[in-house]
Amino acid sequence: MGVYPWVAWFAFRRYTAYPLGSGAEALTNTVFGFIRASVLIALWRARPGLGGYDTADAVTFCFLTQALIGPVQVFGGMELTERIRNGDVAIDLYRPTALQGWWLADDLGRAAGSLLLRGVLPLVAGALVFPFHWPGPAGAAAFTVAVTLGVLVSFGLRYLVTLCSFWLHDGRGMDAVALVLSLFFSGMTVPLVVFPGLLGTVARGLPWAAQIQVPADVYLGKHTGTGLLGALAFQAVWAMALLAAGHVLTGMARRKLVIHGG
Amino acid sequence: MRAEPGMIEAEDVAKSFTVRKRSGRLRRTRTTLDAVDGVSFTVRRGEFVGYLGPNGAGKSTTIKMLTGILTPSSGSLRVCGLDPARRRTELARRIGVVFGQRTTLWWDLPLRDSLTLIRRLYRVDAAAHRTRLAELTALLELEPFLDTPVRQLSLGQRMRGDLAAALLHGPELLVLDEPTIGLDVVSKATVRGFLERLNTERGTTILLTTHDLGDIERLCRRVMIIDHGRLAFDGGLDRLRATVGADRMLVVELARPGPPVVLDGIEVLRTEGPRQWLRLPNAVNAAAVVSALAERHEVRDISLREADIEEVLAGLYRGDHAYWCSGRPVAP
Repeated sequence: MGVYPWVAWFAFRRYTAYPLGSGAEALTNTVFGFIRASVLIALWRARPGLGGYDTADAVTFCFLTQALIGPVQVFGGMELTERIRNGDVAIDLYRPTALQGWWLADDLGRAAGSLLLRGVLPLVAGALVFPFHWPGPAGAAAFTVAVTLGVLVSFGLRYLVTLCSFWLHDGRGMDAVALVLSLFFSGMTVPLVVFPGLLGTVARGLPWAAQIQVPADVYLGKHTGTGLLGALAFQAVWAMALLAAGHVLTGMARRKLVIHGG
Repeated sequence: MRAEPGMIEAEDVAKSFTVRKRSGRLRRTRTTLDAVDGVSFTVRRGEFVGYLGPNGAGKSTTIKMLTGILTPSSGSLRVCGLDPARRRTELARRIGVVFGQRTTLWWDLPLRDSLTLIRRLYRVDAAAHRTRLAELTALLELEPFLDTPVRQLSLGQRMRGDLAAALLHGPELLVLDEPTIGLDVVSKATVRGFLERLNTERGTTILLTTHDLGDIERLCRRVMIIDHGRLAFDGGLDRLRATVGADRMLVVELARPGPPVVLDGIEVLRTEGPRQWLRLPNAVNAAAVVSALAERHEVRDISLREADIEEVLAGLYRGDHAYWCSGRPVAP
């Protein structure tokens, strides 16, 4: 392990260094939570029991996703992208550590800081105003594991997108595609349980589902027993596959490397 | 094995990049850019070497190969006896690198925290870390801003912080890529004084790239000049002056304007009213030329200029030797 826990710890401190900024983001996410909740309530009034959710499930889902925006960075992006663009990545590549390991540790620290500063407010505000579900101790533990795996999947996806900057010189196009996929297939726009037929089946099998939909379902107690293990395994398999792909792509990037800006 | 292997041994090292250029609506042509084109040199333990060259000459590419970030396209490279690209991690623990325009420090955290993380990164034990940190703090005068977030440091303070970060693990070789860029006179002096002590007292081998000629004159006993990816010069500062800039220049102001003076072995480079610029080869005795001039002409004023290192380099980069005429060679 060595240096990685320290990288995570310093990243946590780095991302919690500006509490006012984080507070503003938490407030924004909360306000949007209220707007989305109102839309979802109207939808579930018109179609009670849609996708197996009741109204309280839908509202809880909404505020959970608002709370997870920061930790799983659903809008995409990584600091590393800018570092590849401006050449600072030379410093990262020179360090006696693995590039992916370093940034994964950094991202875990970031996610923890984000959950603390940006996740709590939307959940509490939502719970105070709307009908809301709270999980029991076992549910909370399972949710913690699911969020951690969700962050790993999110990192895996974003790291792959970021590495494309080594080849593309400008990653904005990739970022835009990644953003649309992430918003649509993670359950951020509407819960994936309402996607009909084949689209729903496919959407629930893609890695983006592991970022938001699966942790939210775990929180809501939609998975129990072997179903719960299956849901966590689904996340874990995607996390491992993405990190393995990241490892291979890092090797290719190192070999092909052009460092921008001398 | 040889008794004293070099700290850096480069033999015919080259690095080329493939660049795609748009040559039509859809068509792209591939061209190969030779950033470094067959460079050979050895840096021995304890040397302080300046690595110079104009922008885009291949300096940074060389440094990236030395540190294992880039793999040479051909040739053989050994740093501390290791192949940098293959044993990058092992090598990183034995060398220190400062990229002057980039930082290894964390913007949002106090300098002290960055240095703590670097201790973890290089697995330096606590006692050794304490000793080195105390030493570097004293030498680089870090104390006043150790607890300041890096974001708030001045460029000079940040650079001293970066130097400390590069040296905390006690490297044998320090590679510096433009460490004094953008620094004010006082900060430059601090950094130079520190590097000089590091080299003479500690015996740390230093390879320095810079555009700052003060750095070179003050610090480097040996300079290597790379241009268009090839090593154009490798030797002492004196020899550099002798090779490209042995000729001095005599500026004579006569009483009145006239035709160029005629003296054996002396070429008049330029005339401007009563003033004339004479090229004085090293073999010619300046005193004899001055007295010969005084005998034949009415001389108002006379001055003798040694080529300074800046002009020597400017001339070398341009590929001509008329550098001492303020960049304005005489028309034939």
